[in-house]
Amino acid sequence: MSELKQELKEKIIEQLNLEDVSVEEIADNDPLFGDGLGLDSIDALELIVMLDKDYGIKLADPKEGRKIFESINTMAAYISAKKA
Amino acid sequence: MKNDYYIESYSHVKNGEISVNGKIVFKTLETEFKPVMKAAYKKLVVDYPKFFKMDNLSKLGFLAAEVLLKNESDKDMAMVFSNRASSLDTDRGYQSSIKDSTQYYPSPAVFVYTLANICMGEISIRHQIHSENCFFVMDEFSSETLSYYTNQLLDENKAKKVLCAWVDVDNGKYNAFLYVVSKKGTFVHSNAEINRLYKTTNE
Repeated sequence: MSELKQELKEKIIEQLNLEDVSVEEIADNDPLFGDGLGLDSIDALELIVMLDKDYGIKLADPKEGRKIFESINTMAAYISAKKA
Repeated sequence: MKNDYYIESYSHVKNGEISVNGKIVFKTLETEFKPVMKAAYKKLVVDYPKFFKMDNLSKLGFLAAEVLLKNESDKDMAMVFSNRASSLDTDRGYQSSIKDSTQYYPSPAVFVYTLANICMGEISIRHQIHSENCFFVMDEFSSETLSYYTNQLLDENKAKKVLCAWVDVDNGKYNAFLYVVSKKGTFVHSNAEINRLYKTTNE
């Protein structure tokens, strides 16, 4: 699971062009939106594409993303559950 | 052309140099677009991470506007922009992400920049400009087109000032020339003067 979390942080930084953010600066429980990383609605769509492209997971209902993308912890838990 | 309007100030971004009113404010030996923009951001822009999410056209226009509007307080400013390649530079990248039906992963973050006028939107957000705007796509820089439209806006009191631009990115080549027109300024708002200022780094 910790490898997946590390991988998610690296992918988020690269794919969302978070130029001034390092992996070490993202805590597993940090909120990804709002006061945390400050991601926006377009970033949310990019994360949905990332789930599909890199993990083969399609979100049938984009509203699901609200819970899944809360933090690195929730994303990793969701991906692990889907892959199990 | 009426001569009761003036060019307050102007900026250029080209060949690794950024200048305001002819004075160089940034220079790098880098030649590739991406490292030039990144280095210029690091030197000239204070904490605006959204810059790195922008497409190349928006980055170019954003930096040229950043140095030009640094001390501008009047937000009643229209925008008249122009270029040759429209958003082709970004369009090609987006097209390549959807051309293979077995690897069809269109990027929403790229798609939102597949219009040239998004560049004006980014500048408007940064400088809180709420006004008329227009983006012309034409074969080459045309002072006539820009000045005609600008005079019309000012004559009809649509705005106190107009931010005019040629901002073009295509295949690694980039060129931005921005200038502010109002009732006060250093240079007469004439086609001859606009062309002279444009050519100061484009000869």
